[in-house]
Amino acid sequence: MRFYRAHVLVCAGTNCSLKGSQAVRQRLLNELEEVGLADEVKVVETGCFGLCEQGPTVVVYPEGVLYCRVTPDDVPELVREHLLKGRRLERLLYREEAEKAVQTVPQVDFFRGQQRIVLRNCGVIDPESIEEYIAHGGYEALGKALTEMKPAEVVAELKASGLRGRGGAGFPTGLKWEFAAKAQGDVKYIVCNADEGEPGTFKDRLILEGDPHAVLEGMAIAGYAVGARKGYIYIRGEYALSIERLEEAIKQARKMNFLGDGVFGTEFAFDVEVRVGAGAYVCGEETALFESLEGRRGEPRLKPPYPTERGLFGKPTVINNVETLANVAPIILNGAEWYRGFGTEGSPGTKVFTLTGDIVSEGLIEVPMGITLREIVFGIGGGIPGGRAFKMAQTGGTSGGCLPAELLDVPMDYDELAKAGSALGSGALLIMDDTHCIVDIARVFARFFEHESCGKCVPCREGTMRIHDIMTRIATGRAGEKDLDNLEALARTMTMACLCPLGQAAPVPIMTTLKYFREEYDAHIKEKRCPTGTCRDLAAPAATPAAGKGV
Amino acid sequence: MVKSLEELAKIREQAKKALAAREGEAETKIVVGMGTCGIAAGAREVMAAILDELAKRDLGTVTVTQTGCVGLCDKEPLVDVIKPGQPKVTYGRVDAERARRIVAQHVVNDQVVGEWVVGTSS
Repeated sequence: MRFYRAHVLVCAGTNCSLKGSQAVRQRLLNELEEVGLADEVKVVETGCFGLCEQGPTVVVYPEGVLYCRVTPDDVPELVREHLLKGRRLERLLYREEAEKAVQTVPQVDFFRGQQRIVLRNCGVIDPESIEEYIAHGGYEALGKALTEMKPAEVVAELKASGLRGRGGAGFPTGLKWEFAAKAQGDVKYIVCNADEGEPGTFKDRLILEGDPHAVLEGMAIAGYAVGARKGYIYIRGEYALSIERLEEAIKQARKMNFLGDGVFGTEFAFDVEVRVGAGAYVCGEETALFESLEGRRGEPRLKPPYPTERGLFGKPTVINNVETLANVAPIILNGAEWYRGFGTEGSPGTKVFTLTGDIVSEGLIEVPMGITLREIVFGIGGGIPGGRAFKMAQTGGTSGGCLPAELLDVPMDYDELAKAGSALGSGALLIMDDTHCIVDIARVFARFFEHESCGKCVPCREGTMRIHDIMTRIATGRAGEKDLDNLEALARTMTMACLCPLGQAAPVPIMTTLKYFREEYDAHIKEKRCPTGTCRDLAAPAATPAAGKGV
Repeated sequence: MVKSLEELAKIREQAKKALAAREGEAETKIVVGMGTCGIAAGAREVMAAILDELAKRDLGTVTVTQTGCVGLCDKEPLVDVIKPGQPKVTYGRVDAERARRIVAQHVVNDQVVGEWVVGTSS
């Protein structure tokens, strides 16, 4: 075994790759070769590190020094200073404030508030190395389940853990597994829903890129628990890197026999196949996803029957989100009680969020359930840039609700957010400052749903179109008071009558913005005025722009 | 092919050693002076010899780092060996051969190689 005195971890997640981390990595390899350090220093590509805003990030071990915004041109100096002479390269160190250079990973505020269970390996291991996954306890949970637990015990452990579906709906995972385990039939399926279509959400992508084996292990355990021999991962076609890493991980897992026949010397057989979607928002809905997997047009089915009874190819199916599955192995390994030590009574565990919008540290975080929005935005996220005021946060992606500053202290879990009229949803957190117009934003959401409605059921097909139409009229000063009543009536109808969550959730951002920012709607409708000056067809704002409900 | 938890544990232990450098700094630390003076005096070869010796002896958990010039250019290449609970020992005019002996005698067997020591400090 070769002994490397230093490991240089280069983030190769999608965000850092877009910022040029591949070029940094190549330059590193060239430069190490040139100064003769190629045999002493190992360069490792990792998955997302979470600090996307500061990318491309590079971490040098054993010291754990974190370098940010590294360009290929910085590499020669970095190599010569840090790796050759042993001096930290001050100018690239992570800084929380201008004068204070943070040096190593544990010293960064961004990571201090986090609790990493799902992201335990992201940015830590090489996602293309099964050995590194195993070094961090990988596949031990599968081995434990297969050799020491009965399927029913696995289900019971999951039920006791209180894990709920991380795709957004929050259905208890153990219960879902139990339904599928008890369903009649020889053939059953495990489906991993990686059709992450919610705008602003990119957690599943980064989990799959950063730690693909965690998801495979979760699927295999699910297969054992419910009696399925086959799993499918339905993933967005745009996620090229995730697909590549998954395919590689599946190959490695088959080779070591974590997938295939006779896993861990038992009778258990399980295999996984990746299927690539063609890009429709509605295919993230479980039954539309099945239709697409079966080769038909992606449109939702009527429920019941539920997937655990008749799912993929008409067989009992467990369909779980990527993040849900990534939670499984740690729960089996450490037990339900350990898992309940994180989060809240009703929503145990952690949640992965993607932070985007007007926030200092955009990126990927994992925090205990029940943390407040304020802690996320102003603690981990570093607040609003440019000294602007916080105006609203949209939780859960486009189909989630918009929360104003008064609700900054709402605990982030399934039940508390539902009470506030929003949803935890997919984990997207879109933060906006006081320069944004609520009406304009709601209009963009409305346009999105009109475009993505599959058209199968009338309330959604017509409703999303009407909502967009009304929102456009409000934004252009052609709406009357009656339109708000119409919006509310439409929302009621759609929530009750739409076939799937797409249509049921489409009015949510409209209704929450109307509830919390009524005065901005009124300004547009009654005074034909846009307080932020965003809606160009309306009068310019008064001398002092209304600052919304900033803090 | 992994057929049991024991086999998995074996693979895990092996894989862990390769990752030791990422676990933070280990108990025993070797620091090589890699300023211009050190490199000119042959610190690169010394570093290579240390790494090679550690690999041969499967001592993946020793941390090896480098440092800049400490001012004692005349005695370069300088190598510090720091063991828990013991004062730091600095060796001077180390070459590849001496480096291998320092690993064998001091790092492994806890015996300071007195003749090359230029100083100790805690």
